Amino acid sequence: MSVLIFIELDNGVIKKTSLEAILYGSKVAEKTGGEATVLAFGSADSSELEKAGHYGATKVLHASGEKLNHENSLAYADALVQAVNQEQSKVIIISKSGLGDAVAARAAAKLKAGVVSGVTELPEINGSFKVTRSIYTGKAFATTEIKSDIKILVVKKNAVEIDENALSTVQAVVEAFSPNLRDSDFKATVTNVEKAASELSLTEADIIVSGGRGMKSPDQWQPLLDLASALGAATGCSKPVSDLDWRPHHEHIGQTGIKVAPNLYIACGISGAIQHLAGVNGSKCIVVINKDPEAPFFKAADYGIVGDVFEILPKLTEAARNLK
Amino acid sequence: MKILVCITNVPDTTAKITFTDNDTKLNKNGVQYIIGPYDDYALARGVELKEQSGGTLTVLHVGEADADPQIRKALAIGADDAIRINADPLDSYFTASQIAHVAKQNNYDLILMGRESIDFNSGVVHGLVGEMLEIPSYSPVMKLEINGTTATIAREIDGGKETLTVSLPLVLGCQEPIAEWKIPNMRGIMTARTKPLQVLEPVSVDEMTTPGKYALPAPKGACKMIPADEAATLIKLLQTEAKVL
Ligand SMILES: Cc1cc2nc3c(=O)[nH]c(=O)nc-3n(C[C@H](O)[C@H](O)[C@H](O)COP(=O)(O)OP(=O)(O)OC[C@H]3O[C@@H](n4cnc5c(N)ncnc54)[C@H](O)[C@@H]3O)c2cc1C
Ligand SMILES: Nc1ncnc2c1ncn2[C@@H]1O[C@H](COP(=O)(O)O)[C@@H](O)[C@H]1O
Repeated sequence: MSVLIFIELDNGVIKKTSLEAILYGSKVAEKTGGEATVLAFGSADSSELEKAGHYGATKVLHASGEKLNHENSLAYADALVQAVNQEQSKVIIISKSGLGDAVAARAAAKLKAGVVSGVTELPEINGSFKVTRSIYTGKAFATTEIKSDIKILVVKKNAVEIDENALSTVQAVVEAFSPNLRDSDFKATVTNVEKAASELSLTEADIIVSGGRGMKSPDQWQPLLDLASALGAATGCSKPVSDLDWRPHHEHIGQTGIKVAPNLYIACGISGAIQHLAGVNGSKCIVVINKDPEAPFFKAADYGIVGDVFEILPKLTEAARNLK
Repeated sequence: MKILVCITNVPDTTAKITFTDNDTKLNKNGVQYIIGPYDDYALARGVELKEQSGGTLTVLHVGEADADPQIRKALAIGADDAIRINADPLDSYFTASQIAHVAKQNNYDLILMGRESIDFNSGVVHGLVGEMLEIPSYSPVMKLEINGTTATIAREIDGGKETLTVSLPLVLGCQEPIAEWKIPNMRGIMTARTKPLQVLEPVSVDEMTTPGKYALPAPKGACKMIPADEAATLIKLLQTEAKVL
């Protein structure tokens, strides 16, 4: 089956979650004897896009141009459908994000395709096409058979693991792709974009250091920031912390905030309420630092330290700095 | 302005999830159901907009009769009337097709949803409905102001936020802090009893997906405790044992 993979770029660089999507899509193509083609929007150097080959893609369709530089799910979905028709793709792979879900949904409606979002593993393909996805905010999994001719899978972070040592050296062929763009997809006027340019994105981060009300006050965040910087980590927080304006809203992790799935999540002075856990239960390894040995977070943790964050954080920072 | 708010009927966030019937059905025993928390934000903002500028607010749910208490709650919070499409909503395309069918007959100016349902966490129904109606859809929306036929929206993008203006009609997936959740008052609860709740049968839709079995995650191993005075050894363990550094 021919597979099309929609990827996201960040300043011309393929996002890590998109690299996973390419690997995922290539594995599906390999299983079914098809080719994996990547679709990318916005400015990027060919040398960057060629890297899709390392992850198993044979070709990259590159749609560039001023109009496509700005994230636009309506236009991207329109263009994606044109790419699907051109390539006769049967499976579409998109990594899960606000943009990914929107593109998947709009493309599904145009293509009359079944769409499953939150896929956590490679599909089971033998006669039927079955996927496993995360449901109830990480509390369970469901298998679903996709019956439509064209299938759209929105894949969660860590659905496949990238083994840097096992990557090929093959480069993908980059082809310019010029979709017909409809005026109706460009009716919105963007009046303001606030983006902390230097900040590591939480959904992409491999390591997150996160603080709760146990950090006491906004001006006592420095020890946490120090550990994050020593580990090259992004920073997050619990809901009360962002509600109190101690930290910006986009750092708020949990049920009603961002859902993250880093390799390492370090929770500092967070009690571990179920709504917070709902946002972090996709993490590979969880470390909890809390002065209360009964804090519920320890039940969800891999490593725990009972103690005062203000004593422990500096020790961890020092040890982390000595690592490198 | 005609507003439609689409709500889900989902297990409370703290509910313990287990399955029955050979892992093909959720065990509803002892599970408390609520309006989806994001849908609740959509509803709250919808009610505010209606109060500000007049018009009507309809709530729509695709689901079975056990959702009626949650639909009544939405009516008590301020919706004028409700529609329930009587079907088990197990596929996003199916659900969206039902919503789009209702919307096509009623010409809503604004269709508000949650950013995602907390049972399926798909985040796709708004986009599907938007495309089926050939109108724009945006999600997750944190702020919404309406001025005449123009909407000003602040939405979350990766690592930040973006403000945009766009003409109605629109489909939006909402999240906090778009509005504060509303709690029904006594008067609302009384009037909700007599507000119309129309039950319609679903339109037929090609089957896109078929649900299979459910499973629970493997139980977590015990947490390894490290004494506070040896905190630094944690970093070593993360590197050599957990292999995450
Ligand atoms: C519908 C709903 C949705 C919600 N969504 C979210 C969500 O998305 N994200 C979220 O985070 N919450 C959410 N909540 C709130 C959630 O229920 C908890 O109230 C919240 O997560 C608690 O935050 P916290 O752990 O920072 O604070 P607290 O519960 O106050 O915990 C602080 C912790 O810090 C510890 N501590 C204090 N001082 C120190 C110290 N010096 N050193 C070490 N440890 C210390 C304490 O022992 C305690 O465990 C939601 C709630 C509801 C009802
Ligand atoms: N069965 C349903 N009935 C009404 N609205 C729904 C239904 N399922 C999903 N929605 C709406 O679509 C949003 C996104 O749902 P989902 O795509 O399942 O994450 C929800 O927050 C609801 O507003």
